[in-house]
Amino acid sequence: MNSLLATVNKILTYSVVDGPGNRLVIFLQGCNFNCPACHNPYTIGVCDHCGDCVAACHVDALEMVNSKIVFDAATCDQCDACLTACPISASPMVQRLSVSDILEIARKNKPFLNGITVSGGEATLQLKFVIALFTAVKADPDLNGLTCFVDTNGHLGAHSWERLLPVTDGVMLDIKAFDPALHHALTGQDSTKTLKAATIVHDAGKLYELRFLTIPDKTDTDAEVARLTDFARALGSNVRIKLNAFQHHGVRGEALKWHKMTESSVTKIATHLRKAGITEVVTPALYL
Amino acid sequence: MQKSLETLRNITDDKTLNPTQKARYLSLEAENMLPYPDLDAETAEALEQRVICDMFEGHAPYKPRYVLPDYSVVLSNGSAYLELPAPETLAEAINTLMIAYHHVPSVTGIPVYIGQLDDLLLPFCDGVSDDDLYRKIKLFWRYLDRVLPDAFMHANIGPTDNRVARTILRVDAELKQIAPNLTFLYDPEVSSEQILAIATNNIIECSKPHIANHPMHAKLFDQRGYGIVSCYNVLPMAGGASTLTRVNLKEVALRADNVEHFFTEMLPHYMELNFRLTEARVDYLFNKSNFFTSFLIEEGWIERDRFTVMYGIYAMAEAVNILQEKENREGLYGFDDVANEIGYRMSKEMAKIVKNRPLENVWRGYAMLHSQAGISIDEGATPGVRIPYGTEPDPVSHVQALAPHHQYYTSGISEILTVDETIKNNPKAMLQLCKGALESGFREFTANVASNDLVRVTGYMVRLSDIAKFKECKGSRTNTTALASEAADVTGILDRKPRVVGNELSAGYGQ
Repeated sequence: MNSLLATVNKILTYSVVDGPGNRLVIFLQGCNFNCPACHNPYTIGVCDHCGDCVAACHVDALEMVNSKIVFDAATCDQCDACLTACPISASPMVQRLSVSDILEIARKNKPFLNGITVSGGEATLQLKFVIALFTAVKADPDLNGLTCFVDTNGHLGAHSWERLLPVTDGVMLDIKAFDPALHHALTGQDSTKTLKAATIVHDAGKLYELRFLTIPDKTDTDAEVARLTDFARALGSNVRIKLNAFQHHGVRGEALKWHKMTESSVTKIATHLRKAGITEVVTPALYL
Repeated sequence: MQKSLETLRNITDDKTLNPTQKARYLSLEAENMLPYPDLDAETAEALEQRVICDMFEGHAPYKPRYVLPDYSVVLSNGSAYLELPAPETLAEAINTLMIAYHHVPSVTGIPVYIGQLDDLLLPFCDGVSDDDLYRKIKLFWRYLDRVLPDAFMHANIGPTDNRVARTILRVDAELKQIAPNLTFLYDPEVSSEQILAIATNNIIECSKPHIANHPMHAKLFDQRGYGIVSCYNVLPMAGGASTLTRVNLKEVALRADNVEHFFTEMLPHYMELNFRLTEARVDYLFNKSNFFTSFLIEEGWIERDRFTVMYGIYAMAEAVNILQEKENREGLYGFDDVANEIGYRMSKEMAKIVKNRPLENVWRGYAMLHSQAGISIDEGATPGVRIPYGTEPDPVSHVQALAPHHQYYTSGISEILTVDETIKNNPKAMLQLCKGALESGFREFTANVASNDLVRVTGYMVRLSDIAKFKECKGSRTNTTALASEAADVTGILDRKPRVVGNELSAGYGQ
């Protein structure tokens, strides 16, 4: 277990948007979706040491040593030019951390925490690590009061869920779209696994929140909202739906030409869901 | 003399002040025409240069800065002086308090402490319906905000979970008034989780109340206890604080050659001068002003020997950064371990100096150290030991950086954690943040939610909508303070002073 290392983009000891209460959030690097609307696209790829970022760094915090990128965090001034230079939406600034490294961070911040959330990227791409981490948290007498949550796109097979769910307290699952063609256009992947995952997780009693990213003229259409409503009702009226609103913050490329989602349009969808009997519909507190 | 008259004339003719506000500024100007209590030359010079500061309390301290009456005295006995019988019903009790408040002096003339309201009112609540209690508290709350419009007026509730505390929290969230300021005393052994959650939900609603670390405060005081008053001062019940003086650590650091020179010579030197300033003011109050002949003493609302003095310090952030520069180091206060260590050392050293300097006519013979939250003229000087506004790290790192200071500041220390509004969808996080801060050794937990109209400025509340025009121009916390409480040339864009202000913040007319 000691040799197991996660590739971590970032760790937050304060987050109020990644599950119930204040949470320690581990953003794992790498994603199996490629969404144009992604608000942290630099977490999608995994570094292949091509070296394009080295020249972009104006404080020489990056260098090539034996064909590998070496990053010096102390020199870095967080200008993020390397992220822009990266051709594969990866980051040269990732850390490699062990389970015990993360337990140590959790211990130090314990009084402030309700739990731990693994996010990404797509957290389940590092499934072995996530399972090891959650298992260790639950076995640790100081930390077993912390709940373990996964923030996921759900693109994970049934067998893997069987391994993950026993050590997981809650799942926040994103559905990007219901129409298969639209889903493919918005993620580059098929939606079958995600939709099935929602049912598996819900049946296990661990679906904390179903998330739906509303994008004008794409996923806010009557047809999509109707399918979301039917899907949620089929799971049960007690399912918590979190409507996210597409904004430009963090987004790159083509999607910057898309319109931002307005508060009034989100409210309309929320009202529709509530009228259909979904009791818990959460809308964004903030529109950027 | 001519200049003084001109100032008086400016006050009487001021467009923005109401008559009560004019009367207050006129009285301050009159007091300040008197000579200052005798100071030695060195102390006078340090005061003149504002290395040490008397908070512009006035030249002739004829009343203590903060008075914390034991209101249970008037509720049990009535008052011979005020010709009041002892109240028997809830309505009579509230009425008695409303009268009492008008006879409690303070540095601003408005009471800074209006009592441990649940303890005071609970004995009158038997047989009172929930609805009746709610209506009476609501009227009481409205009265306080409209008649005693000062954001430093402070009510206390807790640590028990009781009807009066719950009703007050309900009304406070509903009315979202600036006054009164409110603290819930939290004791994990006594308070229910539920009432703490109500209190932290209120913070999300209206940035009030403060949550005080009751066990940490209570152990410093005796059976009669303590009260939390004004913007975060913790003082003996049935007494208070005669004066608050403060040392500007930034100015001290500027006069030091390096870190060691600061600690071995400059800090002890200026701290001693500030003790002398304190002594001169206390001497005037106790030996010349005749304050302690008041009926408040005679009837036992307060006792002469229960008045402490608050020994304030501020601008630690600037002081540490200046010393870091003198040592050719870059790390900033609040972020860098070496810089933070210098800060912790300052707090520890100052607490030691205060503990070893006896003072006459002071409760228990020694001052109480205080992390002072600033007044309107403080430019380029961050309140207390805080991290400069706008540069703070996330709330958890923020608490972790400042928690080691809290043990030393016995008469009060406050940090304002600014939390973004996404917390509105996740109130549990506010509850946990509060518990985490108190468990880490914070004496009190205070938070602002970024989008709330009612926000805290240094320690008192303002309504953003009152000062919206100003916000468009600048929007900085200190300037907002100046605007909310200060005079016409700064606030030309407002047609009048806000009705509810923070008088303590003012350094005088035109400041």
